[in-house]
Amino acid sequence: MPFVVPKENYTGRIYTVEIGTGEKAVKVGGANTLPYLGFEGEIPNPPAIAIEIQDIPAKDWPETLKKPFDGVTDDPAAWARFCEKELGVGIIALRLISTHPDYGDRKPEEAAKTVEAVLGAVSVPLIILGSEHVEKDTQVLKVVSEAAKGRNCIIGKAQEENYKTIAASAMANNHKIIAMSQLDVNLAKQMNILLMQMGFDKERILTDPMSSALGYGLEYTYSVMERIRLAAIVQNDPAMQPPLVSDIGRNVWKAKETIASESDIPEWGSVEERGITFEAVTAISMIMAGSDLLIMRHPKAIEIVKKTINELMER
Amino acid sequence: MALSGVEIFKHLPKTNCKECGHPTCLAFAMKLAAKQANLDSCPYVSKEGKEFLSSASAPPIRPICIGHGDGSVKLGEETVLFRHEKKFVNPCALALSIDDSLPDTEILKRIDGVKTSEIERVGQKLRVEMISVGHTSSDPSRFSAVVKLIRENAPKIPLILNSKDPAAIESALPHCKGARPVIYAATKDNTEAMVKLAKENSAILGVYAEGLDALSSLTEKIKGMGLDDLVIDPGASTPRRMIEDYTMIRRSAIKKGFKPLGYPIITFTSSKDVFAESMKASIGIAKYASIIVLDSIERWKMLPLITLRQNIYTDPQVPMQVAQKIYKIGDANEKSPLLLTTNFSLTYFIVQGEVENSKVPCWLAIMDVEGLSVLTAWAAGKFTAPKIASFILESGIGDKVARKELIIPGYVSILSGALEEKLNSDWKVVVGPREANALPAFLKNRAA
Ligand code: SF4
Repeated sequence: MPFVVPKENYTGRIYTVEIGTGEKAVKVGGANTLPYLGFEGEIPNPPAIAIEIQDIPAKDWPETLKKPFDGVTDDPAAWARFCEKELGVGIIALRLISTHPDYGDRKPEEAAKTVEAVLGAVSVPLIILGSEHVEKDTQVLKVVSEAAKGRNCIIGKAQEENYKTIAASAMANNHKIIAMSQLDVNLAKQMNILLMQMGFDKERILTDPMSSALGYGLEYTYSVMERIRLAAIVQNDPAMQPPLVSDIGRNVWKAKETIASESDIPEWGSVEERGITFEAVTAISMIMAGSDLLIMRHPKAIEIVKKTINELMER
Repeated sequence: MALSGVEIFKHLPKTNCKECGHPTCLAFAMKLAAKQANLDSCPYVSKEGKEFLSSASAPPIRPICIGHGDGSVKLGEETVLFRHEKKFVNPCALALSIDDSLPDTEILKRIDGVKTSEIERVGQKLRVEMISVGHTSSDPSRFSAVVKLIRENAPKIPLILNSKDPAAIESALPHCKGARPVIYAATKDNTEAMVKLAKENSAILGVYAEGLDALSSLTEKIKGMGLDDLVIDPGASTPRRMIEDYTMIRRSAIKKGFKPLGYPIITFTSSKDVFAESMKASIGIAKYASIIVLDSIERWKMLPLITLRQNIYTDPQVPMQVAQKIYKIGDANEKSPLLLTTNFSLTYFIVQGEVENSKVPCWLAIMDVEGLSVLTAWAAGKFTAPKIASFILESGIGDKVARKELIIPGYVSILSGALEEKLNSDWKVVVGPREANALPAFLKNRAA
């Protein structure tokens, strides 16, 4: 019995979404095969990685994570510039955490100033994230969307309870949008459809099916993503074909596994390498499940994952 | 590949003699397809028919057991390509490579590393299961001595004898009597000698060939020589080839019933960079490898890898739940706040993590709602005021806290009035934040 390559024929393709402007613009998505099965389709763009910064100093981040950003987190613009110039990161994700009522309740206008300052400091694409407070995000994301007009950013995250205003302003200012739902294939599809029904171009959407960290529900996210990707590629479902986003950094760096010191839990070994590996392993698992864009925190973890991505793109 | 009743029927005698206890051959075939009958009940089925039917009903990926006694590991038997379809059956084994060129002191250290590799995660004890003995010394007697040293110090740990030199394998096998090691590997150049050694010593044979064409010809040849307990390696050394080759192997075996590749996969993730090795091992865990041989097993590296293996091999049908009870977080005492949420394990992990981050000791009341999240449980009528009230009252937590105050998730603030009514009059209900990430600020504010 000779071996025959068990090739399958797919009809679906992930939309290609371009973010940013000029030379530093980045394309994500575009594959017409399941993750890295290059023998039966094309994978035109590698998964992209954005580094996460925030609009307040990284005071409550774990030590391992604070270290690489020592001295730059007081000013979001300086932080962003550091990420582009010193770390050579291709996309920046700015989380406007201080707009959350519990973390400073900053006004939309203040957030817009931060966004303008960051945009002024970098030329790479920007992902602008709210605090995920349903009501506050509607106000904040509307104003920052306007402030970022012309820079082709990703605005996020639109949820079922607040997508209308957020999507309308992202649309009016020519941005892309993250559609977030809670770990369910049908909800993810529903969220994309809601946006499409209000006239949002389906090829400007990115789907966030809710990320989780390794050991904290990763298997749910993993399977939801695999099922979304199967629906997109095998069943050719147009409502499932936006690229997938994995916002993992903040989940990973909250887990005990990345924080607890070696003296607290000796059987877990060195806290620094452990934290970095925890984030990198979470990222690579998401990439296996179909992620097109990852939002991560530790520069070393990003470097490790990027090396592996390069190898994944080589035939 | 499961056969249908009609396909099975084609290979039966079609005489309807009833000796199998069924009225017709077709009726018997239907029972066989439903796995409610055994082919042995028909005395007249031809030898060819029997061979065909028994090989078609064998699992698409051959079950392999390595080692002996309570250290043994079971591999193979997988039935699906995606974990949401059905639980992945036998978690991949992790092995540490120990080379025979190392000094004995270093070898003993590495053996000890494997023996003490156990980590406990959510109630499961997880560890590095195997040792692979490498042979770069090119001295068969050194190889044999190292295998002996490992067997003496770690008699329960299953071994991979990693040498393509039959003389080295032959010299080491006497130390592995009855221990069912893996011989790695048979190649096109040493096939006869390796097959003979594997057969005589009832060992598992690793089969190595570059590419899937060469690999399937080689396994077919070996099966023809009467050996079927194999693990296979197509020599995929880059992440991309691992994903492609291993997917093709699993797909050929499961979807096409292609027997020459229906064996567990063994992979060596050796890399110059210790972080790169974790990446390759992760890909192996997610994408169908059954044995992953690592160059090093630092504890900080094994925690993420073992966790990933646990996640990937979790049963997707069972919603992950934690037990209903009042959990004590930190040094909670009678003055500590009492928080309520549901027993969906993800909800529990996130809330528990945020409470720990807040450094405010708390009582966390986890209510059994069949593993649903707060909003879903509420919508499904499983997280209602009367049910919550009886859980809290019956739990006896009222006697442990001075202030009878229950903090409920912000998403069910609508329940607070009804809940206060259902609880006895001395209880007060407080609405907490909607999202767990607001808990540290919330708890610190209350403590202040
Ligand atoms: S015993 Fe065999 S031949 Fe006779 S009826 Fe049953 S299946 Fe047919």
